[in-house]
Amino acid sequence: MMTIRRLLPALGVVASTVFLAMAAAQLGASRGPAPNLTRPASVEKGPDVDGFIQRWLVLEPIPIPIRSNAQLNDSFVQATVKAEYFPDQYTMIAHDGDKVTVNGAEFTWHAVDTSAYHVNLYHFAYALNKPTFNILFWAVTIVNCPKEMHGVRLAVGSNAASIWWLNGREVIDIYGDRHMVIDDGVSKRLSLKKGPNVVRCAVINSPGVSDLCARFLDTEDKPMKGFTVNLGDVAR
Amino acid sequence: MRFRYLAAIVLALVSAAFALDGQIGIHDPSTVIQCNGKYYAFGTGGGGLVSNDGWTWSRGASRPGGGVAPDVIHVGDRYYLYYATSTRQPKADVHMIWNKTLDPGSPDFKWEEGGIVASSDGVEDCNAIDPAVFLDPTSGKMWLTYGSYFGYIRLVQLDPKTGKRVVPIDKPVDIAINCEASDMIYHDGWYYLLATHGSCCRGTDSGYNIRVGRSRKVTGPFVDNMGIDMIKGGGKLVVGSGGRVVGPGHFGLLDLGDGVQKFSCHYEADLDRGGASVLDIRPLLWKDGWPVAGENVSEGTYEIESVRTDTALELAVQGVPVGGGPPVGRGGMPSGPGGIFGGAGGVIPPQDAAQVSKNWPTGNIDLRLSNYMVQAQQRWTIAPVANAGGYPGSPYFKITIAGTDRALAATDDAELVAVPAFTGAPEQLWRIEQLTDGTYRVMPKAVPNSKESLALSAVGSSFATLAKFDSRSDKQRWNLKAP
Repeated sequence: MMTIRRLLPALGVVASTVFLAMAAAQLGASRGPAPNLTRPASVEKGPDVDGFIQRWLVLEPIPIPIRSNAQLNDSFVQATVKAEYFPDQYTMIAHDGDKVTVNGAEFTWHAVDTSAYHVNLYHFAYALNKPTFNILFWAVTIVNCPKEMHGVRLAVGSNAASIWWLNGREVIDIYGDRHMVIDDGVSKRLSLKKGPNVVRCAVINSPGVSDLCARFLDTEDKPMKGFTVNLGDVAR
Repeated sequence: MRFRYLAAIVLALVSAAFALDGQIGIHDPSTVIQCNGKYYAFGTGGGGLVSNDGWTWSRGASRPGGGVAPDVIHVGDRYYLYYATSTRQPKADVHMIWNKTLDPGSPDFKWEEGGIVASSDGVEDCNAIDPAVFLDPTSGKMWLTYGSYFGYIRLVQLDPKTGKRVVPIDKPVDIAINCEASDMIYHDGWYYLLATHGSCCRGTDSGYNIRVGRSRKVTGPFVDNMGIDMIKGGGKLVVGSGGRVVGPGHFGLLDLGDGVQKFSCHYEADLDRGGASVLDIRPLLWKDGWPVAGENVSEGTYEIESVRTDTALELAVQGVPVGGGPPVGRGGMPSGPGGIFGGAGGVIPPQDAAQVSKNWPTGNIDLRLSNYMVQAQQRWTIAPVANAGGYPGSPYFKITIAGTDRALAATDDAELVAVPAFTGAPEQLWRIEQLTDGTYRVMPKAVPNSKESLALSAVGSSFATLAKFDSRSDKQRWNLKAP
């Protein structure tokens, strides 16, 4: 269960220049700002010009026993991701500053906006003075759709392997020692509900850069843009 | 060169696996043409062939007049058919007849006489047989080419409203020499004159081959890739003898739309049919601005590679390195008898599904695209399915993981799945056609609960689905590569 909830001030009134590193500094572990990452400074945020989701809640990396990326085959990734790290790991909607306990250690969720199309998880972890290799990241975001949409696809990239869920349903698994490529993993056709839809992922990496990116493709495989991300919309 | 035999050739053939199916005996076929959902081809001697799907053919087309080497075109509400008669070549006449339908069962079926549209007097440098008709898509003008070895291939203008000569006394234009069975097509700003070189009517000893020259003007000059004018004997090879067939001739364009072009021809001799002359339909490719004959898919085991991603279609199962992977030493690095890069020693055999499929799910398995690693879940056997019908040039195929019965199938939500066993259901039958760039389009015969015509499509780097074919995109283009 979450042990401490660190409440964000109302997102709409937070100064836009508060860096993620400041959050880390409050925890006494900052190494400096993570490039391209800031705390959300608005209530909601639309996707970028190419439809990429730029607002995420990311959990500090959980160390995992892995020797090299050569291990990242289907069965290893499935078994590693689907071990229980914290209660309700497939359903919980965290808020910035929420903590979870894994094997007696606390891990904090951080709300981040990325100015790029992707989230560089390596710099995220480095800025927090957390492990950058042999780690598992959990990330979640809330996509608010103005209407019900059918025949869309979630399209993601990650370094390295990752598993993705939409509204609790596993929709993408990409395995192996992969580099992040946009639209690397693409789901089958999906439906998005009117209102909030939960996108969740777990990314595993051994050495090297870790990152993730995600967007939705419409029925013509064009980037979908008619939605917002509002992490504060979800009931606590 | 010798004159064309005038006798009608009656061929009773036993069907074989390829080069079309059914009754396909024909000589000097017209361009294969569609009418009310059926395909028709007319040949020397009268009559002709008909097919519901372009793969299985039977006798049943009908035309009067006998004669040789007809050609047919659909303009407005008329089908114009041109054929030649002669009692002593090179004195010959090209006749025109027309009909509102090619279906003998239609109440509208009635051939109307159109008269003679071109002639040779037996002395002039032309033998007025082997007519072919061309409607210029840029101008709407219609043209007739004709001729056979004795002198020139000639060009005259026709009236698309009547099928007759625009000006009967106009002097024909000489556009090629010493060939026959000419035809003209237009492509990307060029007029292409296709003509058959070599000897006909000698079975497996026939040297027939189809050649081409091109011009910016419909009246020529038509020059080949080496700059040699066809009126001086030039011509770049489009298709010659090969495989189990000898002597292709009588090119006819069959444009199926969506960037899919094929051509009809006959082979002087099909070695699998006792050397008989038969009809075929093959893909038409374009390379460096020149038409080239493609190949209909033949049975075999392939990597199915996406042009969009350069990754391979595979079962979504955990791959096993071929040979089990290298021995691992300290630090997780390969450590064989020859060191890190020395391998394990010996010959590593190909990976068969039987070696690695023990842990594959027994039920349906999803599909995905992945880097090709010569592994069993990436090797597909493509095989024709008997009595399942087809499409112009080929039968429907099943696509299974090599060494298994796990078959690629379309799902009712227009996605893909590998089912445990092939049942012959329409969603497990695949239409595989070579496109004009040499890649392939792969389409299920049917998608459950859908009337849409969809094609195998790459989405992103590692996912395959079904989507409407877009000839401008690489998403639905696939390479079939030897594994």
